[in-house]
Amino acid sequence: MRSEPRLIEVRKNVLKQNDVVARSLRERFRAAGVFVVSLVSSPGSGKTAFLEKTLTRLRTNYRVAALVGDLATENDALRLARSQAPVKQITTGTLCHLEAAMVQNALQEWDLNQLDFLFIENVGNLVCPSSYDLGEDLRLVLISVTEGEDKPLKYPTIFNSADVAVVTKVDLVAAVEFDWATAYNNIQAVRPGMPVFRLSAKNGEGMQEFLEFLAARLTELRQAAAV
Amino acid sequence: MHELSIAMSIVELAEEEAERRGVQVTAVHLKLGALSGVVKEALLSCYEMACEGTPLQGSRLVVEDVSVAIFCPSCRAQRPVCSVQMFGCAECGTPCSEIVHGKELEVVALEIQECVPNPV
Repeated sequence: MRSEPRLIEVRKNVLKQNDVVARSLRERFRAAGVFVVSLVSSPGSGKTAFLEKTLTRLRTNYRVAALVGDLATENDALRLARSQAPVKQITTGTLCHLEAAMVQNALQEWDLNQLDFLFIENVGNLVCPSSYDLGEDLRLVLISVTEGEDKPLKYPTIFNSADVAVVTKVDLVAAVEFDWATAYNNIQAVRPGMPVFRLSAKNGEGMQEFLEFLAARLTELRQAAAV
Repeated sequence: MHELSIAMSIVELAEEEAERRGVQVTAVHLKLGALSGVVKEALLSCYEMACEGTPLQGSRLVVEDVSVAIFCPSCRAQRPVCSVQMFGCAECGTPCSEIVHGKELEVVALEIQECVPNPV
């Protein structure tokens, strides 16, 4: 015999497992004093070119490394390796995003105490990565001028989950008639107050300002840890 | 498209609870925020797939949509947002990104049926 159905309260976060790993990663990062930046964007917006330039320029003053997620190839890791910084590829297979456990596995052989900055390049996707905390200090969302000004309105969730926006490929602004004010307003509409950088990894325009911002954030992190 | 792995996590979570309590789950109640990054329709169809071959086969997924609420610094109160494309207080329009609700992806309850022995 079966009883009448009844309701029992549970209250459990579905992504708890990921959040637990992310929290432990964040504690490790904090203890090692490494500032961790994750990068999300749609495929082809210039994450890898931007990261290669960032690693190359930061390397002169800081100890930097990068993890890079990709569905199938190791091309991005090979490109990033040109910066001479330690780079490790995370091949996700068919998975459309990185999860905290993948980051944890990839970091096994690295001594985080030897780093100032760690970059985590997510799989090119503006949907799925938004749900997964990777333990990062800063989530950076990129859009290239070739994608159009309304990207933030089409993907509000990921823009809302980010801390900083970077508009890339500004060397192409004239060719694609990109309207900066509209793009800026759209970013502010979905995430009021978010800092926005515009730059070109190709000709270096705007890179210095962004690198100074990162350096300031690292200083803040170290000062907070010293208190 | 990460709804299948989310659905599998939901099934796994419900299965564990059911086993621990020795009950049969007939439905899972889920709170789904508008900013969870999960698409309800895709999740519902994935759920059925994820249940196949598990003790939850045949169970339902009941989704409660949670809209986005912010804490408006001008009204000094919790308010709905104009829209997810316009993060401002729906009452006074002040831009604001302090989210109070809307990121939920949470199993809140299970509908269960207890197996009781037949009366002699």
